[in-house]
Amino acid sequence: MLIKELTEVPGIAGREGQVRELIKEQLKGQDLALSGDAMGNFYARWEGGQTPLLMLASHMDEVGFMVMGYDNSGLIKFAPVGGIDLRVVPGKKVYLGDEKTPGVIGVKPIHMQKKAEQNRPFSRQDLLIDIGASSENEARKKVNIGDQITFSTTTEFISERVMKGKAFDDRAGCAAIIEILKSRPPVKLCGAFTVQEEVGLRGAGVAASNVGPALALVLEGTTASDVPESPPHRYSTTMGEGPALTIMDRSFLANQKLNQRVMELAEREGIKYQLRRTSIGGTDSGPIHLREEGIPTIGLSLPCRYIHSPASLLNMDDLQNMIDLVKTILQDIAEGGFPIGTTY
Amino acid sequence: MEQLIKKLTEAYGPSGREEQIREVIREEISDLADEIRVDYLGNLIALKKGTASGKKKPIMLAAHMDEIGLMITHIEEKGFLRFTGVGGIAPSRLTGARMILPSGRKGLIYHEPLKDSSKLTLEKMYLDIGVETEEEAREFVTIGDIAVADEPFIVLGNRFLAKALDDRIGCAILILVLQQMEKTSRDLYFVFTSQEEVGLRGARTSAFGIDPGLGLAVDVTMAGDTPEVKKMDVKLGAGAAIKVKDSSLITSPLIRDKMIEIAENEKIPYQLEVLPRGGTDAGGISLTREGVLAGCVSIPCRYVHSPGEMVDRRDVEGAVKLLEKMLQQDLEFPG
Repeated sequence: MLIKELTEVPGIAGREGQVRELIKEQLKGQDLALSGDAMGNFYARWEGGQTPLLMLASHMDEVGFMVMGYDNSGLIKFAPVGGIDLRVVPGKKVYLGDEKTPGVIGVKPIHMQKKAEQNRPFSRQDLLIDIGASSENEARKKVNIGDQITFSTTTEFISERVMKGKAFDDRAGCAAIIEILKSRPPVKLCGAFTVQEEVGLRGAGVAASNVGPALALVLEGTTASDVPESPPHRYSTTMGEGPALTIMDRSFLANQKLNQRVMELAEREGIKYQLRRTSIGGTDSGPIHLREEGIPTIGLSLPCRYIHSPASLLNMDDLQNMIDLVKTILQDIAEGGFPIGTTY
Repeated sequence: MEQLIKKLTEAYGPSGREEQIREVIREEISDLADEIRVDYLGNLIALKKGTASGKKKPIMLAAHMDEIGLMITHIEEKGFLRFTGVGGIAPSRLTGARMILPSGRKGLIYHEPLKDSSKLTLEKMYLDIGVETEEEAREFVTIGDIAVADEPFIVLGNRFLAKALDDRIGCAILILVLQQMEKTSRDLYFVFTSQEEVGLRGARTSAFGIDPGLGLAVDVTMAGDTPEVKKMDVKLGAGAAIKVKDSSLITSPLIRDKMIEIAENEKIPYQLEVLPRGGTDAGGISLTREGVLAGCVSIPCRYVHSPGEMVDRRDVEGAVKLLEKMLQQDLEFPG
C-alpha cells in the first residue's frame, strides 16, 4: 500500500533521499518528465492539456532527530530536527541512519527518579538513545554523527478507515500527488516534492522559482484538535470531515476568490471539505505565494491527530476526498472555469 | 490634507482584503500617474515616468494599505464570534473596542471573566454583534471574515487621531508627494503595498516586479514620549524620523546620510529613529533579488496597533517635504 511504504521510509529534513527514490520508483513509466534540483526537490512534469502550468506541492521530509554525539558508555546524544514535543518521545523505539539501526530513547526508570523528577517533563539533557552498544567505540561503528533518527512506527489500520503511522505530515500529501499524476489529468502539471519544510519551509520557494507555475496547490498535513481539553472554538480541523482549506496561517493569507471557487466545486461535486480554523503553523504555501511577482496559491491540509509525534492518525476518507477535490479543481481549470488570473 | 487622511483611515482594508482601500487610493491618483496596475498580491503600483526611463533603475516608494484586524474563526451557539489576530495584536488594547465586519455589521469586543487581567489572550475574547444565535450571526458573518476597528478620524489641534494611521498616513504622504512631483530623470514607482502587517509580503513581490535601484518606505514608528513608556528618542511633533535601524533593516549609511543632508540643507526638522522591534516594507524590499538599497521615512505614532493611533501634522508635512526634495535631486547610487 502506497501510504504505508511512503510513511515507513525514514526521511528527516535534509535526508529525503529514500523518500525521493520511492517516489521516483512510483512515477516511472508514467510518461512523466522527472528531474531534481540542488536542494533535493523532486519534480514530475505531466503534459496533459493546453492549460497554464500548474504545480502540486507536498514536502517529503518528516520531523525527527539527528545524531549529535556519544557518551562514554556508548549512548547516543541527539537533537530534534523540526518541531517535536520532547515530552512524547521518552521510551520510544527509533531507527538511526539510513540503514535503520534500531535504538530506544532511554529514560531513568521510575524507581530511580526523585519525587521532583517525576513532576517535571524530561528535558533534552535527560534523554539519550540506547543502541545496545557497550562503549563509545562500539557505538561509533554503528552510527555516525549527523545520521538521521526517525520513529520506528508501523503504519496500519486501527479501525476501518483510520490509519496509525508516523510522517503522514506530509507523505500523505506526496501520496495524493502520486495518485493525481497517475490519473493523467487534462492539464499541464508539475508535481513538486519538496525538502526541508519542517525546518523553515526551505525547499518550496526554490521549487516555485524552478517551476514558475501560474497556480500552486499545496497539499499538507495539519493539526486536528478535535481532542479532549480543546474547546470547540480552538479546534483547527476535525478528522473525518474532509480536507481543510486554509484561510490563514503564520505564513500565508489565502486568496478568497480562489478559495470561493474551491468551495463551490466541492459543494457541486458533494466532496466533503472543511475550513482550517486556526492561524498557527506555517506551510509551503507561504514561500510559494511570495515567489517572484507572486504566485496564486491554494492550501489544502489533511487533519492528522497527534501530528509531529511517534504515532499520528489519518482518516483515509479525508485523503480520498483531498484527491477527488484536487482532481475536480484540475478539471475545472482545464474547462476554463477556475479564476486563475485573479488578484487579492 | 485632513480630508484625504480621513478618507484613507476610515476605509476598510485589513491584510489580504485591500480591495476597498485600494479603490479609494486609485481614485485619488488616477490622474497623476502614467500607468497604474495591480499585481497578484494586490499591490497598487503607480508609475510616474522619468526622462531617463529605461536607462536607469527606478526608485520605488512604498506605503502599505493594509491595517491590522481580527479574523473570525468560530461562531458560538449564542452568536458570539471568536477570532484570531491578523497582524500584531495586543489583547489588552482590544477590550471595549468597537469593530466592523465586511458586511457592515458592527460589534463590541469583550473578554471572559478573568481573575488576573494580565492573563488576557485573544482566545479568551469575543466579538458581540448583538445577535442571540449562531444562525442569526451567520446572516452577517462567515468564517474567515476580518473585522477592523470602527473609529472616526478626528483632529485634535496639531494631532490626528484615527484607526489605521499605520500606514494610511504613509499612503497619504505618497499621494501628496505624487500630487506635487515634477518630472525626474528616473522612473518613480509609487507602490501602495498589501499584507505588510503579516510579514512585509506585498513589498517583496512588487519590488521583484519593479526591480528598483532604491526603495524608500514610508511608515509609522513608535513614539517614546508618553508616560512611563519604554525609552525611545522619537517624539510627536519633532519632525519626520529618518530610520537608522529596525528589526527588518539596517539603513544603508549612504541613504541615511543623504536624508540627513537634505533635511539639514532644506531646514526640515527631523529626528533619527532606532526601533528595537518591528519592521517595515523597506526591509522586505532590501532583500529582493540581489539586494536593493533601501531606506525609510517614519512618522512618529502613539498607540500603534490600537483602535486609536495618533500622529502630528508637522511630522507629516515634514515627511512630504523631505521626500520631495530627495526625489528632485536626481539621486545617484550604484545600480
